[in-house]
Amino acid sequence: MLYSDKVMDHFANPRNVGEIEDADGIGEVGNAKCGDIMKMYIKVDGDIITDCKFKTFGCGAAVATSSIATEMIKGKSIDNALGLTNKAVVEALEGLPPQKIHCSVLAEQAVRSALSDYYTRQGIDPEPILGKPAQHDEHDEHAG
Amino acid sequence: MEKRYIYADNAATTAVSENVLQSMLPYFTSQYGNPSSIYKLGRDAQKSVEEAREKAAAALGCSPSEIFFTSCGTESDNWAIRATAERLAAKGKTHIITTAFEHHAVLHTCAYLEKHGFTVTYLPVGEDGVIKPSQVADAITDKTALVTIMYANNEIGTIQPIAEIGAICREKGVLFHTDAVQAVGHVPINVAEQNIDMLSVSGHKIHAQKGTGLLYVRKGIPLPNLIFGGGQERGKRPGTENVPAIVGLGTAITDACADIPEKGERLTKIRNKIIDGILNIEGTRLNGSREKRLPGNINISFLGVEGEALLLLLDSKGICASSGSACTSGSLDPSHVLLSLGLPHEVAHGSLRLSLGEDITDEDADYIIAAVKDVVTRLRNMSPLWEDIVSGKEHTKKLLPFVSKITLV
Repeated sequence: MLYSDKVMDHFANPRNVGEIEDADGIGEVGNAKCGDIMKMYIKVDGDIITDCKFKTFGCGAAVATSSIATEMIKGKSIDNALGLTNKAVVEALEGLPPQKIHCSVLAEQAVRSALSDYYTRQGIDPEPILGKPAQHDEHDEHAG
Repeated sequence: MEKRYIYADNAATTAVSENVLQSMLPYFTSQYGNPSSIYKLGRDAQKSVEEAREKAAAALGCSPSEIFFTSCGTESDNWAIRATAERLAAKGKTHIITTAFEHHAVLHTCAYLEKHGFTVTYLPVGEDGVIKPSQVADAITDKTALVTIMYANNEIGTIQPIAEIGAICREKGVLFHTDAVQAVGHVPINVAEQNIDMLSVSGHKIHAQKGTGLLYVRKGIPLPNLIFGGGQERGKRPGTENVPAIVGLGTAITDACADIPEKGERLTKIRNKIIDGILNIEGTRLNGSREKRLPGNINISFLGVEGEALLLLLDSKGICASSGSACTSGSLDPSHVLLSLGLPHEVAHGSLRLSLGEDITDEDADYIIAAVKDVVTRLRNMSPLWEDIVSGKEHTKKLLPFVSKITLV
């Protein structure tokens, strides 16, 4: 398995690890049975995600994708975060091995899950904005 | 602690030893003859191949004519199982007995045979990773062609009761093959005394080069060819002999089997020290029997941690190891070996295998223990699963019986 230097950097020195105690939104995706869980915390001020932290149980790519995803949305607008795609995560990491692409999907879902929680807390129905909560593709059969 | 480099993945492969390399070198250049040639250069090459055969036979307790050189352990397994099955199918024997935790070389050959009309019994392994001889006895029917059970497991190092299984098979008139790739050079083997009919060996696990192996086939067993060609290996496994590799394998198997008790005693002591040191970490478990275990094998699961991440961080500390997590197996499921022990996926994902080399030192052991503690702590600190476990979340409670006591916060 060959990881890019960028993946290795984000795995070995993950950015924004931790929790936000008074978070405005918390998202959690994946499950332990499949070997990866991502938990993402966001702090929102107006339209801006002022802080973002994560905790991940998973492989090198799972840690790296969550780390870079926090960097990609922190200090940016909510609209920007809504537009975050797994493809952008992969590109930012200078590529992922094919069998690790699902980690980037998980990172995108973690961000959307945190945003969904944020909207819910604001009394706004997240579904018209985010669509139905994304299913964790093939891992889903294990969920439970 | 000063950084060290420790290769602890000897069950994956080993370095070619200096002694093996030196024995091989002349056969690349000055002694390059084809063993089938009539002139002296060829005859000398043939003599060297036969000497290697004698060495392998001496190491395994059989006669040289029962040794066939192959290209690897996988080839040996395929040949023994498939050729035997297909020969005996003609006599109405279409049943094979194996275990749930064999190497894929065996499992996938069995799966192939299942697609071609054979019935395969996969004996369950049980929590300690050791098959009971009675399981084999109970599974044998009048249709059973072959029992194939590994000598020692490649992931958890558990040693199977081979002599007892051999005796049962011999008594019932069923052929018995064992994949001994992980066992040779680590435990004393005598194919005659242990009633083994066929046995697979891989060279690169015992300091010979990759791409070399052998199959022992007891005299009188008519094993059909897997491939066809010239008269090499008595026409059974044709193709011009890989003379340097065969010579190297002869040296390697002699060296590996020369000091098994002494080597085993020393390794076992260091292995136990590492096991005890790592098991001091809460929420861990040793996978497989501690006693019936290869001297150099350690396989431990850490709850709340994923195996590939563990390996990458250990690598950054100079330690080479492996894991049975899904991410390292290349599939969505973790290792079939760990699952066969009855472990939940969550526990299997967090496994670490260390397979020690003969050169391991006490200082290496201290370094490994410290490094593992450090890495596990680091990963648990960022693990939402670990957070759920220590805070006693309901969905994690089913995992607790599988590991050592965890202090809830």
